[in-house]
Amino acid sequence: MWFKATESCNCIEPQWPADELLVKYQYISDFFIALAYFSIPLELIYFVKKSAVFPYRWVLVQFGAFIVLCGATHLINLWTFTVHTRTVAMVMTAAKVLTAVVSCATALMLVHIIPDLLSVKTRELFLKNKAAELDREMGLIRTQEETGRHVRMLTHEIRSTLDRHTILKTTLIELGRTLALEECALWMPTRTGLELQLAYTLRQQNPVGYTVPIHLPVINQVFSSNRAVKISPNCPVARLRPHTGKYLPGEVVAVRVPLLNLSNFQIYDWPEVSTRSYALMVLMLPSDSARQWHVHELELVEVVADQINRLHFDGVGYVAVALSHAAILEESMRARNLLIEQNVALDLARREAETAIHARNDFLAVMNHEMRTPMHAIIALSSLLQETELTAEQRLMVETILKSSNLLATLINDVLDLSRLEDGSLQLETTTFSLHSVFREVLNLIKPVASVKRLSLTLHLASDLPVYAVGDEKRLMQTILNVVGNAVKFSKEGSISITAIVAKPESFKDARIPEFLPVPSDSHFYLRVQVNDSGSGINPQDIPKLFTKFAQSQAVQTKGPAGSGLGLAICRRFVNLMEGHIWIESEGIGKGCTVTFIVKLGIPDRPNESKLAFAPKVPGNHVSTNFGGLKVLVMDDNGVNRSVTKGLLLHLGCDVTTAGSSEECLRIISPEHRVVFMDVCTGLDGYELAIRIQEKFKKRQDRPLIVALTGNTNRVTKENCMRVGMDGLILKPVSVDKMRGVLSELLEHRVLFEAI
Amino acid sequence: MDVGQMQRQWLDYTRSLFIEGFLDNQFLQLQQLQDENNPEFVVEVVSLFFDDSERLLKDLNFALDQQGVDFKKVDAHVHQLKGSSSSIGAQRVKNACIAFRNFCEEQNVEACLRCLQQVKQEYCLVKNKLETLFRLEQQIVAAGGSIPMMELGF
Repeated sequence: MWFKATESCNCIEPQWPADELLVKYQYISDFFIALAYFSIPLELIYFVKKSAVFPYRWVLVQFGAFIVLCGATHLINLWTFTVHTRTVAMVMTAAKVLTAVVSCATALMLVHIIPDLLSVKTRELFLKNKAAELDREMGLIRTQEETGRHVRMLTHEIRSTLDRHTILKTTLIELGRTLALEECALWMPTRTGLELQLAYTLRQQNPVGYTVPIHLPVINQVFSSNRAVKISPNCPVARLRPHTGKYLPGEVVAVRVPLLNLSNFQIYDWPEVSTRSYALMVLMLPSDSARQWHVHELELVEVVADQINRLHFDGVGYVAVALSHAAILEESMRARNLLIEQNVALDLARREAETAIHARNDFLAVMNHEMRTPMHAIIALSSLLQETELTAEQRLMVETILKSSNLLATLINDVLDLSRLEDGSLQLETTTFSLHSVFREVLNLIKPVASVKRLSLTLHLASDLPVYAVGDEKRLMQTILNVVGNAVKFSKEGSISITAIVAKPESFKDARIPEFLPVPSDSHFYLRVQVNDSGSGINPQDIPKLFTKFAQSQAVQTKGPAGSGLGLAICRRFVNLMEGHIWIESEGIGKGCTVTFIVKLGIPDRPNESKLAFAPKVPGNHVSTNFGGLKVLVMDDNGVNRSVTKGLLLHLGCDVTTAGSSEECLRIISPEHRVVFMDVCTGLDGYELAIRIQEKFKKRQDRPLIVALTGNTNRVTKENCMRVGMDGLILKPVSVDKMRGVLSELLEHRVLFEAI
Repeated sequence: MDVGQMQRQWLDYTRSLFIEGFLDNQFLQLQQLQDENNPEFVVEVVSLFFDDSERLLKDLNFALDQQGVDFKKVDAHVHQLKGSSSSIGAQRVKNACIAFRNFCEEQNVEACLRCLQQVKQEYCLVKNKLETLFRLEQQIVAAGGSIPMMELGF
């Protein structure tokens, strides 16, 4: 509005007349504007004072100032509608200027402030959202915890009983209580598996036997998942009782309950959880309650349903295991008692046996002395009697007495020995002895009897047989003597051969001795002795009885001399004590028989030889035994060999003649030659020669001993030599010691067949 | 060289013969047979062996040269050679003879000829060795010493 200054009163007149309608409206508006402008700050101050937090106080002041000034401006404007003095105009102007300044300042300030204010607002919104979220989560946790609590409680209730019925009933009750259900029902499959039968309900005490077919679609739906499924209240399983409420029935939920078949249950065998049948649990919320199934409630139901049978199952399982443990415990107690009883009985038996043994030993000790004394008397006096002058008849009688008493003495000894062997009180003595001499002894003892019966006796000792062995010499000799004695006793004619070798492990795989598997070691070896005879033989069926005491085969009893029947039994005892084995083979009556035994003997250590009783012929020293000019003849077509053999024999003190061929040999041989050594390597000359020599010398005593020298380790060679009647066989190469031994042997025994 | 050294040399040489397998235990036995009554026993027997072997080798040559080889005869000769070589302890000759005999059984002429060469070779070797040994012995005896007793200690 522009003003026209009047000249006289220095007043300013408004352009428009004061009573125009427009001006009137302006006047009113200005008035109200001023009013509003003055009241806004008041309101602001009031509310700011109220609020505790307002960070922009001085902005408010600024704003207030601005408003106030605006109000003032408009107020002052009221005066400008009529004629007014210059002062008013000036105040008006000042007010306007001030307003302008403040409002500009405020405007500038607001540029900074408004974004801040806005952000405060957003933060407030964010916090509110956060709070809402936390609230929700709290709610969830709380519901979960509640569910867990309910499950635990239910589990506790369920576990407190093993009875299935109680469990199920308890479950329903607890569920009903927890979830405040109107009704809770359990449908169990029938035996046929084609229907579900109402088994338990919460409210109804005695459920009527409703059944529904199992293959309803709704039931299939529930069974096909392990979740709780909302079902319609109108479906058959939910329509349990007449609808009483006015409005809608409550929501119904159904869930499957896996049934573990208890018939699959075995004590140590937890069957797999694959189940075959389900029961159906139906839960109904109260009608007219507008309640809805919440997720956490459904979860609770699912968990409970899953656990019911398992808990029951577990419980039963534990009890079953406990029962089986109890059964086992009882069993072991019973067994222990039995063992105690048996122990007592055994103890008693043992004591009784010991008493018996003592009694028997006492008896034997007494009898030993008592029996032997008269025997000795008889034998001694009979021998003495034999020395005196007797008639032929008397002599015969005395001889018989002697023979009988000797036999009786042997029998007594045998019995006593055997009884000591039986109860294990016999112990082997261990000495170092000469094995060779044992065999020689036996030979010496048996030879007279053998030659009387015209049985030829041969002994073969293997070259690797130790000369000395550690063991019980007396009993080994007794065994060999017994066996050889039997061979001689039961052979009417023919030959008996004794072979002694070191048993090699391979030979142990004998089918005849299946359980016998000895292991030779560095300090022990196994001596194998085999006695062949061409005598009366034994029926193979009788062989097992031979080792039995006092048993005799019929053939023996009727023919030949009577044996006490103890000999072989004793032999077996001795052999067993020497950790060995003895057995007999025979192809039958009249076909001869072979007795073989293996015993374990020790190998003597070299340093201990000083303790030995030296056998007269000790190998390995350089003393040349002089054979005193013994006349020998050497036949060999090989010049070198001939020389060597001759040198050998010369060295041993023999008087040696040599022949380069059979003819020459026959020419020069004479009764003076005690031994003929002939080489049989070359063809049949040797054998032919042997026969010719034997023909030449009619009487056996006159002719020289014929010994073959051969490099053939061949049974055939040996058999041929024996066949043509040679007295011996030596394997080349011959060492000095060997030759010495051979000569001694030959001269002593007139026989030597080196073992092949 | 004094006697002691010569004796030691003899011992070492003899030992080497055993270690290399030219001689075996039988040779020792021969040495044992040598005593006052038979002072030259070993030399005599070995000389006999040389003569015998040379004869046999000649015979073998002849027999194998034939058109139709008489293996029986060849075998007989080898057998003889084997016998004598084993008697004096000429181990390698003996082993060669054993191999020879196997091929004789097979009637394999080429193999027999090869074996004959082998036997000849071994024989020559052992002959040289023994002659050397005897020379040593003669030297020892000439120097007034005595031949030590060999003990097979290995």
